[in-house]
Amino acid sequence: MNATDKSLVVVSAGTSDPSSTALLASRAAARIESLGAERGLAVATRTVELRTLARDVADAMVTGLVSPSLQRALDAVRDADALVVSTPVYKAGPSGLLTSFFQVLDNDVLIGTPVVLAATAGSARHALVVDEQLRGLFAYLRAVAAPTALFAAPEDWGGGLDERIDRAAAELLALVAGGFRDAVRGDAWGRYQHSYGSGGGTQLGIELDTDLMRLAAGGA
Amino acid sequence: MEFGIFSVSDVTRDPVTGDTPSEAERIDAITRIALAAEEAGLDVFAVGEHHNPPFFSSSPTTLLAYIAGQTRTLKLSTATTLITTNDPVRIAEEYAMLQHLAKGRMDLMLGRGNTAPVYPWFGKDIRTALTLALENYNLLHRLWREDVVDYSGTFRTPLRGFTSTPRPLDDVPPFVWHGSIRTPEIAEQAAFYGDGFFSNHIFAPSEHSLRLIDFYRQRFEHYGHGPAKRAIVGLGGQAFIAKRSQDAVDGFRPYFDEAPVYGHGPRMEDFMQQTPLSVGSPQEVIDKTLTFREIFGDYQRQMFLIDHAGLPLATVLEQIELLGEHVVPVLRRELAARRDPDVPETAPTHAQLVAAKYGDDAPRQPRPRANRGDNVTGGSPYLDTSAAPATA
Repeated sequence: MNATDKSLVVVSAGTSDPSSTALLASRAAARIESLGAERGLAVATRTVELRTLARDVADAMVTGLVSPSLQRALDAVRDADALVVSTPVYKAGPSGLLTSFFQVLDNDVLIGTPVVLAATAGSARHALVVDEQLRGLFAYLRAVAAPTALFAAPEDWGGGLDERIDRAAAELLALVAGGFRDAVRGDAWGRYQHSYGSGGGTQLGIELDTDLMRLAAGGA
Repeated sequence: MEFGIFSVSDVTRDPVTGDTPSEAERIDAITRIALAAEEAGLDVFAVGEHHNPPFFSSSPTTLLAYIAGQTRTLKLSTATTLITTNDPVRIAEEYAMLQHLAKGRMDLMLGRGNTAPVYPWFGKDIRTALTLALENYNLLHRLWREDVVDYSGTFRTPLRGFTSTPRPLDDVPPFVWHGSIRTPEIAEQAAFYGDGFFSNHIFAPSEHSLRLIDFYRQRFEHYGHGPAKRAIVGLGGQAFIAKRSQDAVDGFRPYFDEAPVYGHGPRMEDFMQQTPLSVGSPQEVIDKTLTFREIFGDYQRQMFLIDHAGLPLATVLEQIELLGEHVVPVLRRELAARRDPDVPETAPTHAQLVAAKYGDDAPRQPRPRANRGDNVTGGSPYLDTSAAPATA
């Protein structure tokens, strides 16, 4: 990968193989790659299939112990220039596996990372799950979600989906090409609230110039 | 290097027999465990502090004083003493008393406690826990070093002319460890005062403890206590030993699988591979423990969690024997051979602290003046100091 190449990580919570959730994500990723290439931006995609990490995610939730394979997935997400996140909808919400994975992820690692959000469901009645539920999770993580979310009920696979994928891909590429994440992290990193160790090892040094640190040093 | 065992004082159902010991049985057991530690040639016994079931250790100094009376060489310590919900005045008093009774064979480790409901029982709020810990220790540090303290802070009643009694043994405060997993401010405070820093080092890969220990070492040097390598570092850990590796694995698995701290999660083998837990033959435990030095550098104290998760007393005593007979002697030899000669072998002992303060002179023995109801109107309460009111 050249220095100017961009890494895209697909996180899919689809449970079957093949799954329509993974398919939606990979169609989005393919479009991001091809549109990127048209614009002189080489995008390399890597996929994290949460299905294969379900036990590890559950272990991490209850004991805090992160397995080596889960750590590799978390590192890939941390290091990605952009993400496509795709989940099935269950009981009117995103898959618990997906939300659990992002709850295990350190708080600060997605600051400024562009994300395309995607979901599949058995009925169009679930269409707002992405915008009303998933978007909030990524807002908390201070990632920047592309304005266009992807949603596919069974009838959507016929037509209209490609147009939305084009839009989402264009939005994501604009954020990536514009260097949004680097600009935020370079200039404004210190203005975000951080806690020790929350940046997956990427955070800057320990801040010494704080009231608590002065109290630690005798309070003078 | 000091080797020791610690208990968090949980009363937990034995998953093999199904029996839950009574508090009385566990309290009897813990004293036997401590005595066995001394018999086995271990250096330190430490106990935690909790104020909620299923734990019994709400009064660590009472327990440790009893053990001090039954032992001759064992150092008594805590894991940890709550610097948040305890009044630092009470900590100063109780641990100075323990220090006298134990003839200096003690130190203590401070921690915050992370059980939110406990805080309000003592009139505190967990949201201020870190500030509480830092401010309380700043006061505790003074109470052990100044005969008369004037103080006002955010959390407790101000003090006017307060003397914490008894003064520390030989007027030398107990050595203090600060325990923390992920709080830079605690490492900073340990470094500022030149105290010890302890990493729990049980639940996560060793590398997770490294960053804060390195920060502590660097700040220890910054504050002029000596080079970073001479900073005083302690580590926790857990081992379960049997002569044959497979017996250890089989013997510990039911306890691991249901342990309140590990259980119902990863497989024990994964946990062994990824964290400091060692379950195996003496040689396997030795090999793994030696890797800690490679990761953290020469350090001063290695503690093993010994009796949790419902492990029966007989098993715990057997573990202590195996540690003392087959593991610790080898580790002492191997670590001594590898140790940088400029690095202290142990946390400062009372005798070393006395020598550092007085050289060849006799230590101060404070004798109170007669008939003092309080210190508010007078100067020093002790005969060897000027009675004139201190001029501010």
